Amino acid sequence: MTTTAPTTTTVLDASNVTMRFGGLTAVRSVDLTVNSGEIVGLIGPNGAGKTTFFNCLTGLYVPTEGKVEYKGTVLPPKPHLVTQAGIARTFQNIRLFANMTVLENVLVGRHTRTKEGLWSALLRLPGFKKAEEASRERAMELLEFTGLAAKADHLARNLPYGEQRKLEIARALASEPGLLLLDEPTAGMNPQETRAAEELIFAIRDKGIAVLVIEHDIRFIMNLCDRVAVLVQGEKIVEGPADVVQADERVIAAYLGTPFEGAPGQDEAAEVEAAEAGAAEAHSTTEGDDK
Amino acid sequence: MTTKTPTDKTTDTTEATATTTPVVPLPPAVARATTVAGSAVALIGTFLAWTWTDEFPGNLTVTGYPGGLQVLTLVGAAVTLLFALSGYGIKGLRWLTPGGTNSPVLLSALGVLGTTGYTLGAISQELGGLVNLEPGAWVSGIGALVAVLGALGLPADQPYGADEPTPGLWGRIRHSLTAPEPGRARELPSWAEILIIAAGFGVGLYVFAYGIGTEYSELFIGFLVTAAFGFTAVTRAGLLKRLSALTAKHRNVTLTAAFVAAICFPFTQSNDQFALIGANILIFATVALGLNVVVGLAGLLDLGYVAFLGVGAYAAALVSGSPQSSIGVHFPFWAAVLTGAVASLVFGVVIGAPTLRLRGDYLAIVTLGFGEIFRITMNNLNGNSGPDVTNGSNGIPNIPDLEVFGFNLGVPHDVLGHELTRSGNYYLLMLLFTAIVVLVFRRSAESRIGRAWVAIREDETAATAMGINGFRLKLLAFALGACLAGLAGTVQAHVSYSVTPEQYQFAGSVPPNSAFLLAAVILGGMGTISGPLIGAALLYLIPAKLQFMAEYQLLLFGAALMLLMRFRPEGLVADRRKQLEFHETGQLDVPDDKPLPDGATGVAKAGA
Repeated sequence: MTTTAPTTTTVLDASNVTMRFGGLTAVRSVDLTVNSGEIVGLIGPNGAGKTTFFNCLTGLYVPTEGKVEYKGTVLPPKPHLVTQAGIARTFQNIRLFANMTVLENVLVGRHTRTKEGLWSALLRLPGFKKAEEASRERAMELLEFTGLAAKADHLARNLPYGEQRKLEIARALASEPGLLLLDEPTAGMNPQETRAAEELIFAIRDKGIAVLVIEHDIRFIMNLCDRVAVLVQGEKIVEGPADVVQADERVIAAYLGTPFEGAPGQDEAAEVEAAEAGAAEAHSTTEGDDK
Repeated sequence: MTTKTPTDKTTDTTEATATTTPVVPLPPAVARATTVAGSAVALIGTFLAWTWTDEFPGNLTVTGYPGGLQVLTLVGAAVTLLFALSGYGIKGLRWLTPGGTNSPVLLSALGVLGTTGYTLGAISQELGGLVNLEPGAWVSGIGALVAVLGALGLPADQPYGADEPTPGLWGRIRHSLTAPEPGRARELPSWAEILIIAAGFGVGLYVFAYGIGTEYSELFIGFLVTAAFGFTAVTRAGLLKRLSALTAKHRNVTLTAAFVAAICFPFTQSNDQFALIGANILIFATVALGLNVVVGLAGLLDLGYVAFLGVGAYAAALVSGSPQSSIGVHFPFWAAVLTGAVASLVFGVVIGAPTLRLRGDYLAIVTLGFGEIFRITMNNLNGNSGPDVTNGSNGIPNIPDLEVFGFNLGVPHDVLGHELTRSGNYYLLMLLFTAIVVLVFRRSAESRIGRAWVAIREDETAATAMGINGFRLKLLAFALGACLAGLAGTVQAHVSYSVTPEQYQFAGSVPPNSAFLLAAVILGGMGTISGPLIGAALLYLIPAKLQFMAEYQLLLFGAALMLLMRFRPEGLVADRRKQLEFHETGQLDVPDDKPLPDGATGVAKAGA
């Protein structure tokens, strides 16, 4: 079900992850693996625990039980160390550095991959200029890749919505991740922009970066993902290829609800109709009396 | 492009004539002639006597030789005349007004009227009645009034905005003070551009030195009025924009020019008192720039920053060899500086480590508390309520003068035929420290560390998700800021001969205190280099020069801050970011440095 080729390696391995807040169990023993070169989707109704699970992966929360491994090592409990290890993320509500330029935003993303400290900056040590230039070059490459190169000197706040989303992805890619976590990357986008985002995510996959996507847009997920996991009330109920998941009864039930036991038949329907017609008649007669 | 610019401008002006009504209904030609005549009369008036007695300071009684406040009117009238003549399109004067043409005339004419009117008022008030005015005063006063009326008759520089197509009288007056942005400047050879920068700083130095050297408060008020209107007029004329474009292009030349101009300052002052003001301004400005690292870059609101200045000053005082110091050592200067800086650094880390886990308002409150704790601790280490280290409220007096390389800073020296006084010596020493702090600020801001600071200021959660260790970098900013303040503190201890706890309060009447430091940063412009320097100079100079309003100083200071936050929230010097942040233009920001290569080639072709 999961392995497609013998060369793939497991990038992310979350096993038996449970997250409790006091008495509330937000995520209950969820297992999820993401392999290299794979796009995995995570869907579920609102309040299903998707974002909590996401936060367990990015170091914002430490799972109460279970563990998350990235390329064989257990994740450190601090967000900045997780990024350094190789997991980058975007945010559901865009969180760019609004008053920095587009280029600067991407350069900040390079933070973990460069080492020049304060002394190097103050004394302009030999490596400084070289490292700055290399960073700039890499950042411009990423802007070309996401199609924002022409706007490198604009303030991030002045970009249109769709481009801000792209910039967030470019910024995340700047940290050279092995796994990219996208939190609702198409929220608020129109169909064209959604298509463009899809293309971009495929291109990222082709660079050899594994992608884990949280999304509400089922059509988008079904087009995009190799594998989809469904989270309902903190538990993973099904995982598999997109079409299998889409046809799964439990998924439909979770999204649309189940038909209850005594579903109304023909007779009941006719009865209700008759009753309604009678009520309408009675209503009109009382109105006539008034006059 | 070069040939096009003037034509563009003339069409603009004719359009404006067609769509705007001047405040005073006059034909443009008449209005301009009136302005020229009025300012010429005001100018001539300054050569006549304005009053009969030299009881009024500045001696305005001499005919044929303007003095004191007359000089300010003279300069203002000359500037008005030049701007007005430039409006005629006289060759060789057109460069004066690349932006607005008529609004600078109006502004400088208002400046002349303000200065002259203030002078006439001050004379009649101090000497008791209008009868004390000589004809020359009336000549200049009426000339200035005529010039303003004429300037009000000039057409506006730009058509009315779409939101207010037919403004009322007040709207028209306000509109006549606005001007369009200047177009792109003609490319000059770089030596000429550098010369212009040098000239700009020369003028700046002269104005600043004049302001510090004003000997009585009437002259200083006149100076403030003239300088404020003159500065606005020059801005509206587009000259400032041109100059800042040049300084942005030659940044190292600009820094050098500013430094050289600053070195020249003590040579313009023969009075030790004024050089002392200069040295104190530098101390204040340096500390403000250090605070700018913490507030402007990393976004940490620190209300107890002056404590770090105090730590540096106390450390330097203790090892200065002062007979009242509880440690009887006398370190050489470099070791004292190192001691002060390291002590501040350690103090910064010790305070920062627990407090930087807080954000926003909570951080501000805690730092405010620590600032006060420092002052009270210094008060209590007096041998009674604690071990005797600092002599309590008496402080450490009699700090000996410094000797650097056998050069005693305490006695005057002859340099290039000019006597450099004690304060002049310390001024130059402090300038070296200011230069170091400027360099540290600039280099750290333009690096990976500086970007991380700004990212933390913008959105700490997102910054952490980008792999930035928020706590460590905030601590670094805090410690660096503390260290810079400590550096300034070591010099301050020697300049003021003594350190006492009361010098390092949260708010007080003498500027280097936490509230004024923060005000200097915000007033000048957060995150910029020149902003805090200018802000500190103004905040020090105004109270120092206007002693008579000492009681109302904090009140006026508060009012000024409120006005500034209402009308120019980004501070006097705005970095591009802040300007866009506070003045939403409603359209996308198109950076103007991008099309430069095209423009440059166009000019080259036109020139060839």
